[in-house]
Amino acid sequence: MLEYVAIALMIVVSTFVALSAIGMGELLGPKKKSKAKDVPYESGMLPYGEGTRRIPVRFYLIAVLFILFDIEVIFFLPWAVVFRQLRIFGLIEMAVFIGILLVGYAYAWKKGALEWE
Amino acid sequence: MISDWTLWLEWLIKSLVMIFALLGGFIFLTYFERRALARMQTRIGPNRAGPFGLFQPFADAIKLIFKEEFTPIHADKIVFFLAPILTVVPSLIIAAVIPIAPTTELFGRTISFAVADINVGILYLMSIASISVYGIVLAGWSSNNKYAMLGGLRSSAQMISYELALGFCFVMVILLGNSMSLNEIVVAQKDMWFAVIQPTGAILFFIVVLAEVNRAPFDMPEAEQELTAGFHSEYSGMKFSLFFMAEYQKMIVVSMITAVLFFGGYRELWFMTDWFNGALSVDRFWFLGPVYLLIKVVILLFVMIWTRATWPRIRYDRLMSFGWKVLLPLSLALVFITAVGIVLADVLKSVLYFWSIPVVSIMLGLFAVAVVQWSLRSKFHGRS
Amino acid sequence: MTIDLLLFLTLALVAVATALGMVTSKNTVYSALFLVLNFATVAVFYILLGAPFIAMSQITVYAGAIMVLFLFVIMLLGTERLNSANILPWQRPLAIILAVILTVEAGYLLIFKSNPTAMVNAPDASINTIGSLQSLGMALFTDYLLPFEATSILLLVAMVGAIILSKQDKNEKGGAK
Repeated sequence: MLEYVAIALMIVVSTFVALSAIGMGELLGPKKKSKAKDVPYESGMLPYGEGTRRIPVRFYLIAVLFILFDIEVIFFLPWAVVFRQLRIFGLIEMAVFIGILLVGYAYAWKKGALEWE
Repeated sequence: MISDWTLWLEWLIKSLVMIFALLGGFIFLTYFERRALARMQTRIGPNRAGPFGLFQPFADAIKLIFKEEFTPIHADKIVFFLAPILTVVPSLIIAAVIPIAPTTELFGRTISFAVADINVGILYLMSIASISVYGIVLAGWSSNNKYAMLGGLRSSAQMISYELALGFCFVMVILLGNSMSLNEIVVAQKDMWFAVIQPTGAILFFIVVLAEVNRAPFDMPEAEQELTAGFHSEYSGMKFSLFFMAEYQKMIVVSMITAVLFFGGYRELWFMTDWFNGALSVDRFWFLGPVYLLIKVVILLFVMIWTRATWPRIRYDRLMSFGWKVLLPLSLALVFITAVGIVLADVLKSVLYFWSIPVVSIMLGLFAVAVVQWSLRSKFHGRS
Repeated sequence: MTIDLLLFLTLALVAVATALGMVTSKNTVYSALFLVLNFATVAVFYILLGAPFIAMSQITVYAGAIMVLFLFVIMLLGTERLNSANILPWQRPLAIILAVILTVEAGYLLIFKSNPTAMVNAPDASINTIGSLQSLGMALFTDYLLPFEATSILLLVAMVGAIILSKQDKNEKGGAK
């Protein structure tokens, strides 16, 4: 458990590095405010409307599929660790698990959920 | 135990060494990339500042420090400030579990040459990889810029899509190494690299990490022709350089991870152990470990730059299809091939069956290449 | 012992503060970020309890995957800034009643049913060895095999549901043509 303290220490040190880099830029960089500088850059065109607009629903679909498969991967990890004890039994039970999920995968493929149109 | 100040000192030294190694690596990687790319494009590249242009990165750094920083109007100030930090910190701390030399007795204590040699090292890599999406998506969202928003979303969707195949590659390595600790995985490659046992897996892993760190040919968020500079369009000065830093540090870190998982990490080539009475082995001289790791990392980095110079950027819809329809099923199949090979060798008590893993995987990899080729061709002709 | 207690109390404070921040933020993206912090704190609790596998899974699945989905949904709906006019009329009284019930319940459990010091004490450090990971795997894939296999059906249902929800309108459009 002590190793995690080392990771926490590394998080602190690297945050410090990042903050000091930004701080150095703030300290040494020039600051000449003007209205034109604050306009978002859209290839020279004057931006109209909000910069953040509603995003397409396919991102939602990708994120949901990602969660489901991510959980599946998480189950694979302890399975891989104990695989040499489980042997054929482990192979079969994982094949059943993944077989059920592959039905969903095939459904997603057929429905065009994996297409990016 | 926790009040032992020498332990704290050891941690501090190890994290500082790791962080400054990555920072120094970043500085010279930018130079290396520009020179190598220039050579491949028959240009000269930076050669003015210092001998062979070696001081160019420092000149760039000084220039960036003295640049003015802008925050666009209506941008979310707090998130805009946090996003570069959220990008850099994961790119540094992911290196915490990577061992750079075998565990050694030094100064009367056992020192493991990783900042934290934890038993769930691979899972740690996965969790930090999944955290690093935030910096990019938040940078895009907070900029109040349509290009930035699109770039951030694209790249986050790309990263999460390829993370699945990444996870399955990790599973392969755990199966072969029978452990989640990176140090034990390196030790398990004493007799044979996992890249030899699972060559398709190693290549697949390399493709996936290219996508994870948004490198060419998967550099969607920075598709300059379409999105100006993608999620960091609005960033300037040191905040921009933090994104730049994170990208190059991620390149170094994923090269280290690839080396550790598939190419024996800090160990010498597996057949070199007995040469010169083991004088080239890390078992005898621990300090050879970082040298071997560095050589492997430089080679892998060169391959990344080479890829960038050679391959055009993939179209975004094809990139997503490639991740979901090719890499995901292929990596899953490779996991099962590995598992079956291990079981066969175990049940039939013959190592010979173990070698069915590389044979079948290479065949499967070739089959996948053929299928992709065929589907691309039929799509090309059938496109209305 | 005292260090453990101090650490626990600090983290508990952070957890409560981030939870409060999540509830009170007007900007839903901030809420999501506070929730990420909260998940990270919970992961640290798991590490303190000697369960690094659960901690890392917590970060990967909750802080990594589910919160990315939340962010996407927030941006999908375009509801970064909450409009307080949209609150349902009975929402506030119901929330207060439920909160009171939950507090009473938690207080009852804490005071009468459990030993608070037992919660603070981390289990023996020896649990944090490779053995614990292996025993977890063995338990999951032998004793708890049925729940594990049932999980796959749950995931399948979720997958099909998400596809039907987001792909339905396209088919209808195709039918109209």
